[in-house]
Formats: sequence, structure tokens, C-alpha cells
Amino acid sequence: MGYTITEKILLRHTRDKSIHPNEFINARVDLCLGNDITAPIAIEEFEKLGAKKVFDKNRVVLVPDHFTPAKDMKSANQCKVLADFSKKYGIKNYFEVGRMGVEHALLPEIGLVLPGDLVIGADSHTCTYGALGSFASGVGSTDLAAAMATGECWLKVPESMKFVYYGKMNKWVGGKDLILHTIGDIGVDGAIYRAMEFCGEVIEALPMDDRLSMCNMAIEAGGKNGIIAPDKTTERFYKAIRKKSRKGPGRFFKSDKDAVYYDVKEYDVSKLEPVVACPSLPSNVKPVRSLAGTSIDQVVIGSCTNGRISDLRIAAKILKGKKAKSNIRLIVIPATQKIYLQAVEEGLARIFIEAGGVFSTPTCGPCLGGHMGILAEGEKAIATTNRNFVGRMGHPSSGVYLSNPAVAAASAVKGTIAHPDEVT
Amino acid sequence: MKYEGRAHKFADNVNTDEIIPARYLNTTDSLELAKHCMEDADKDFAKKVKEGDIIVAGRNFGCGSSREHAPISIKASGVSCVIAESFARIFFRNSINIGLPIVESKEGARRIRANDAVTVDTNAGVIKNKTRKESYKIIRYPPFMEKMIKAGGLMNSIAKKLK
Repeated sequence: MGYTITEKILLRHTRDKSIHPNEFINARVDLCLGNDITAPIAIEEFEKLGAKKVFDKNRVVLVPDHFTPAKDMKSANQCKVLADFSKKYGIKNYFEVGRMGVEHALLPEIGLVLPGDLVIGADSHTCTYGALGSFASGVGSTDLAAAMATGECWLKVPESMKFVYYGKMNKWVGGKDLILHTIGDIGVDGAIYRAMEFCGEVIEALPMDDRLSMCNMAIEAGGKNGIIAPDKTTERFYKAIRKKSRKGPGRFFKSDKDAVYYDVKEYDVSKLEPVVACPSLPSNVKPVRSLAGTSIDQVVIGSCTNGRISDLRIAAKILKGKKAKSNIRLIVIPATQKIYLQAVEEGLARIFIEAGGVFSTPTCGPCLGGHMGILAEGEKAIATTNRNFVGRMGHPSSGVYLSNPAVAAASAVKGTIAHPDEVT
Repeated sequence: MKYEGRAHKFADNVNTDEIIPARYLNTTDSLELAKHCMEDADKDFAKKVKEGDIIVAGRNFGCGSSREHAPISIKASGVSCVIAESFARIFFRNSINIGLPIVESKEGARRIRANDAVTVDTNAGVIKNKTRKESYKIIRYPPFMEKMIKAGGLMNSIAKKLK
């Protein structure tokens, strides 16, 4: 019996000769990651353990990106814990404000994650890196502490679900719509504990940024990881960043023809229109046209899901020469410093500012109701972020609609939820 | 192990944003976190909860972010055990790692009502509902996890290995 790509990567990281779904393994990790919210607890546990050093100072990554630039004193103290720890243990991949970006945009951008890698991160959206053909999964702070000390992590080998996309994608439909549609179909626990393998002609033709958006939201269906087999697009991605960091360009795995799947889902995307996940579950997905006229107070374009340069370009294309409605707060957040600079150089920043929006330094900020755009009682936002649970972006009575960048930008112009066709 | 207390009932898909909202994540102090436990699902929970009480919830409890602050706040609030029909994966591993007792029981999750007097016996693999005079089966942990739970969580089991 053959293996899925997920099983192959896991097997490569154990001392075992074979691997089976639902088995427990201790896997070697290539990279482990924490941020200003999760790493302080991990560091506390690490120190309590009395470990003298981290397993590999090149393979621990600390990114203060959630409440940064520090929003208050307590947050500043948490960031300081990361900075002090990095200094004490010689952590190479610590990214201070000014160099940091939203972690799941930053790590791929600088080539820290390679195809075939096993990555764990104390952040649920660590699954983003599956787009690069790696196994990547979100864990907790204690897991990060253990990985920093031992270079290993316990894992249950997940069963795999295959998601096949075919047909021709419509205008204004992107990776975000594919994943929202999928979550809408299977529910927020539809892939619980399982690997979500995305494939088919649509995925093969999908740009890397869209692949990253898709894998990013595997966790919103309860998935352990999202994964896409590396291909020519992956090759081009690594060539473009000219970073063959660590050891070469990684290893390209793909699933065997006779690999075993828990389930196979097929989607014809030809009829798929841009969709929106309504409050307060990422699975509460509806076509954007059915929500036309829904009132909103704020538009957020950014995050580890859709804060990449191609997302900003799409938003700018719609906003160029237009204004956000006067009652709307438009907040645009490039995910990394590089994307920020690119957006300035390409004139995108000017478009956002002239549209009456703010153009902010990279931060996770509003996505998790941290800072830089918190919602008041009863307010509604449409956001290109990944989660819309009760109170996610602020007051418990506020609500978040999740969409792609085109829909978010169009909604800013219209002042209510809108299809991009309505404003272009 | 045995855990005994009154049930606090919650719905399906209780997420970590409800268990401990992000506005309180600028601290790692477990007692501070406990003050806001379950706040966006039931704003009076932290005031009502008594030592030993048991959270009973539906499917996919703890979905959402990886924040370990969620099980930490539950544990520090005095809750002795969480019963759910199923747990989201990161919450599940976080709870096992930090030693918050959690058990899966579809029957228990559906039959137990708020304020029922409940006893969870993990050795016997059974939940007893004294109020309703019923008992429900618990799904047993695989040996790998039993071992980690007995060691007192992940860091204790690693400490043994490192010595």
C-alpha cells in the first residue's frame, strides 16, 4: 500500500521503517516557531526544564508579530521575554520590530521553510507552509518548549482527506474562495485530526500566494495540516527568493497512486462565485451576491491569510481612483516589511491612502482582536483574515465576515458587502 | 483518577476566543487568565465556577487558536475535568501536555444538563450522573497518551528522558 505525501514526510522524520495513520510517533522537527503570545509560556517551560541550550539555534524561530509594535506594557514585557531568550541562547531567527512580519508570510518569504520539511509552530496557522510541500502543524506552547529542548515532537499520524478541484475559475475567485467553499462544505470539524491534501488541475494552476491562503485555513476545518505537492510553481517560488538556505532546495514528495484516503471530495469550481463566511463560524459560507447590501463598519485587508503582495495588488486594482465610503474604516496591513516596501514602490500604498484607508506596519493586530482596529459593540467588519468566532475582532457582540481581498475592497467602496463587479 | 463536581454546560464549537479572549493574552499569569475563563461564552463563568466543577460541551471543543492560555485558564479556574463529544486537535494536545483532564463521551456530552452532579472515573472509563442516575462510557486514551498523562504531562515525561 502506498503513502500520502503527509505520511512520506512524517516517515522521513522518524526512525521507523513504516508508518500508519493513527500511530503515535516522535518526529524530528526541522523548524519550530513561536510568537509573542505563545513563546513566553514555552520559554517559561523551557527554563523550568533546566535545559542548557536549544537543540539547534538555527532551527528555532521567534517572531513577535501579534501585539507588536507593543500595544501596551504587558505586551512589551512579553516581547522582551523573546528578545532576552534569543540573546541568551543565540537564536539566529529572532525578528525584531522593523524586520519582523506576520510569521506565516515571513517564513516562506525568506526561505526558512523548505519542501519536505517538518515544521511545528505554537500558532494554529502554522499549517500555511503545507503550500510549500512541507508538513506543518500548529501546536501549543508546551510542545514548542519540548521541541526547543529536544528537537522532537509527538504526533499522531493523521489520516488524509483528498480535495480535488477541477474546472475553470471565475474572475475574482481566488484560493481564499476555494478554501472557504471547502470549509462551508465539510464544516469546522470536517477534517478534525486529519491531513487536508489539495490537488487537481485548479491547484496545479494556482499561484503560490493562493496556495498559502488555502493551506493557512486548514485548521478552520479542524485539520492537522494542509498540503499541496510541490511542483513547477514551487520551484519558481524558491528560484525567485534565491534562497537555498539550510540544505538545498528541500525534497519534493508526492502521494503514491495507491495511497489510502479517509475521504475524497471533488469540487467543480466553474460555477463558484466569490464567497463570504458570515459570523460567527468560518463554515457559515454564502455567495457574496446573497449578502449584497449587508452593512459593515470596517474593512481589514491583511493577515497571514491574505496580506501578501498579490492580495494587495488585487485590492488596489479595485480601489484605484475610488474612495472608501465615508462611514467605513479601511485598514490595510501588508504582512511583511518586504511587502510593505513593494506596496510603496508599486504605488499601492498611495492608492490605499488616497482611498481614505490607513496603511499600517505589519502586525497580526486586528485579526485576533489584539489592536490596530478593534470593533466596538455591535459593529461588523469584512476582513481577509481567517477566523470569525464570537468576539474575534473585538466586542463579543461584534461580527466578522471573511472574504477574499477583492470582495473586501469592493465592500469598502460600496460601504456594504459587495461583489467586485458592482464597483468595477 | 476521579473528578467530581457540578456541570457547566456549553454548546458545539466553543472556540479559544470564547474560552480566553485575545484581549487578555498579554499575560501568562494563570490566576489572571482564570479570572476571564469562558468570558465570551458565559461572562459570569469565572464568578460561578467552584473548585472541582466540570465543563460539559458538544463537538469540537477548543477549536481555533493554539493558545495554551485556554486550557491553562480552565485548569486555574478550578475546573477539574472537561467532558466533550469531541475536542479540537490543538486544544486536545495542549490539555494532555499540561495535565488538564479531558474526556470524550458523546453520551455524556448530550445527556448531562447544567448543574447535574457528575463524577468522572478515568480508571473505570465511566462518567456517573448522580442527578439523573445515569452512567456513560468514556473513550479510552491510547497507551501513548496514558503514559504521558501518568507522567504528569509532556515536560515531566521529557525531564525523565533528559536525565
